[in-house]
Amino acid sequence: MSKTNITRRGLMKTGAATGAGLALPTIFTSSAYAITNEPTGDTVTFGFNVPQTGPYADEGLDELRAQQLAVEHINGIGDGGALNTFSSKALDGTGLLGKKVTFVTGDTQTKSDAARASAKSMIEKDGAIMINGGSSSGVAIAVQGLCQEAGIIFMAGLTHSNDTTGKDRKANGFRHFFNAYMSGAALAPVLKKAYGTDRRAYHLTADYTWGWTQEESIKASTEAIGWETVKTVRTPVGAGDFSSYIAPVLNSGADVLVLNHYGGDMINSLTQAVQFGLRDKQVNGKNFEIVVPLYSELMAAGAGENIKGVYGSMNWNWQLTDEGTKAFVKSFGEKYGRPPSNSAQTCYAQTILYADAVARAKSFAPCAVAEALEGFEFDGLGNGKTLYRAEDHQCFKDVLVMKGAENPTTQYDTLEIVEVTPVEQVTYPPDHPMFGGAEASLGECNNG
Amino acid sequence: MDAIILQILNGLDKGSAYALIALGLTLIFGTLGVVNFAHGALFMIGAFVAVSVQKLFSLSFETVDPTRKDFLGNPLTVKVPYLEHWFGKGLGDWMIDWAVPLSVLFAIPVMLLLGWAIERGLIKHFYKRAHADQILVTFGLAIVLQELVKYFFGANPIQTPAPSDFTGSFDFGVLLGFDPNAIIYPYWRLVYFLFAAVVIGGVFAFLQFTTFGMVVRAGMADRETVGLLGINIDKRFTIMFGIAAAVAGIAGAMYGPILSPNYHMGMDFLVLSFVVVVVGGMGSLPGAVAAGFLLGILQSFASMNEVKAILPGIDQVIIYLVAIVILLTRPRGLMGRAGVMEE
Repeated sequence: MSKTNITRRGLMKTGAATGAGLALPTIFTSSAYAITNEPTGDTVTFGFNVPQTGPYADEGLDELRAQQLAVEHINGIGDGGALNTFSSKALDGTGLLGKKVTFVTGDTQTKSDAARASAKSMIEKDGAIMINGGSSSGVAIAVQGLCQEAGIIFMAGLTHSNDTTGKDRKANGFRHFFNAYMSGAALAPVLKKAYGTDRRAYHLTADYTWGWTQEESIKASTEAIGWETVKTVRTPVGAGDFSSYIAPVLNSGADVLVLNHYGGDMINSLTQAVQFGLRDKQVNGKNFEIVVPLYSELMAAGAGENIKGVYGSMNWNWQLTDEGTKAFVKSFGEKYGRPPSNSAQTCYAQTILYADAVARAKSFAPCAVAEALEGFEFDGLGNGKTLYRAEDHQCFKDVLVMKGAENPTTQYDTLEIVEVTPVEQVTYPPDHPMFGGAEASLGECNNG
Repeated sequence: MDAIILQILNGLDKGSAYALIALGLTLIFGTLGVVNFAHGALFMIGAFVAVSVQKLFSLSFETVDPTRKDFLGNPLTVKVPYLEHWFGKGLGDWMIDWAVPLSVLFAIPVMLLLGWAIERGLIKHFYKRAHADQILVTFGLAIVLQELVKYFFGANPIQTPAPSDFTGSFDFGVLLGFDPNAIIYPYWRLVYFLFAAVVIGGVFAFLQFTTFGMVVRAGMADRETVGLLGINIDKRFTIMFGIAAAVAGIAGAMYGPILSPNYHMGMDFLVLSFVVVVVGGMGSLPGAVAAGFLLGILQSFASMNEVKAILPGIDQVIIYLVAIVILLTRPRGLMGRAGVMEE
């Protein structure tokens, strides 16, 4: 005969363990369906976080125009733009999963802390299901980190630093825009053809994440074609007068100046370099040349005559002739009376791509959307065949090499397309040393 | 040696702008006793007067060129400037090309009027208030002015090129016996330095050799006594505020080809100009000018690669370091007067 000894302590332990065991599946089950800001009414809210004040406000305004247009197209308003040419047909112009898309906007001010605050406000107060936009890598990396913690998908806008999908990549973050490595890979062969292999380059670099990675990328790609890097000098962001940084270039023995500057800094440094007569100079028996690796239409217009003949690269340009570009430019041009910038195009594409992923996943859950975006191959949005690579959430597509036009007819064609560099030439492995190496990881997707 | 000469030259144009802004700041402080944080914004407004004049001169009517297409495939609309249409291509194009120097003629009355309006409309109500209140209200005014400019002109820098006669650069090296291209200095920066020298000389001559200037100087030394002599010193000080605004304005208008005007350029110059005033000595006009050039040149030297290799980041802090050293060794600044801001 067996005897069972039941003690009070033993009973409590067993009861607690049993209770926890029974409760466990319920906890998992309930959390599996809880996502941040799950839309419950007949609308779903997108959050557009762009610079509305500060030095990139004009670019932010153009992004906002494109995002608004994308929402209209998703909701079936207007001519449908690039939805008509987009290879995926999951979006039918009736909104998203039976809900109309609305949007709220935030002002990044091109400051990381302000951008995080505006994104947080849109997520917590306005119930934004996703965040899209921005014109700075510092901002993109900061907001991407915030979205990862909050369990929100971040569709980056104009961010060109390798770090965004490199060492700082996140499972909830996605970048359509190209990056500094791709600029270097696309530019180097064109520079080799135009200026030869025996060149000495001097870099002036904006002193923050984007500038550093662009300098590293352009230096590596130009050294690979035989160029020598004479010096790399970091300049403060927003320095205004770059004359004291440009003056030493004159006697450095360099015959190429690489300006790793963007926005107002690029306009000022390029203008001042031209004023100092660099482009009229002969060094080492060759004409002195200037290279601006990252171009933007708005900045090119600001630099005026100084941009003529200067090489650079872009993610996209309205002068492309593919059907996706034509449809988007027509739709944007008729609504706003001007061609879109490449930051507008990337924000438009990102908004459409997010909505399409939701429609294909039939869910707003960030991890389901991320899964739909990972490895997604598409066409018809203006950049030709494109892959959203699963390993780092970076889009791979053709890259444009541009040159300042010699005879622009309007303020919109100050740049001309020199070459469309095929995607194969700008592709790199996900564990490339410039992108955080083998240690770089997306981490776990966060549903909120 | 050539690098040193080059950095001295570089410091001259930057120093010219600092000196012109600091001169106006000191004039306002010395006459009205007001710490004017909106002075940088007046420099920026001056730059945008040049932008406006350039836009005004470039005002165009549209004609359709059926042989060319726009980005939507429609016939291209070509713009023809009215000036070119009215005065012919030669004179019309010359006026557009010389928009920046010509804008100085517009900037003087605009800035005098703006200065008068600011002084009468806002600042006079703060004469008897604490310096902290004056700083707050003028800082607020600066923000309002820059936001207004951003609203009308956008956030991107706007190109205001120098006349084509002054593009390119001057080879100082050859003049001094160095190799060609060793010391190159853009023509427009040389023009700006000479322009600043003339303006500074003009202001000093005005204060030194005119009756008006004499009364103002007397008022700066002892406002009460001048008032007891039956002279309306307040009216003269209001005019001085307008003159200080005009000096800042024309300094900004001519600076456009060096630094493309943007709405926050005033703020960038304001902080540095205040340091210049403090280093020069509060209330001292020669001190403001001397400190402006001194700090401009030191800032250029600090940006040299050789200096930054020894002291990384020195280019960002050099002005403040010099200010600390000067204030520790000469608490009133280089040429400060006893009793100014010491009560």
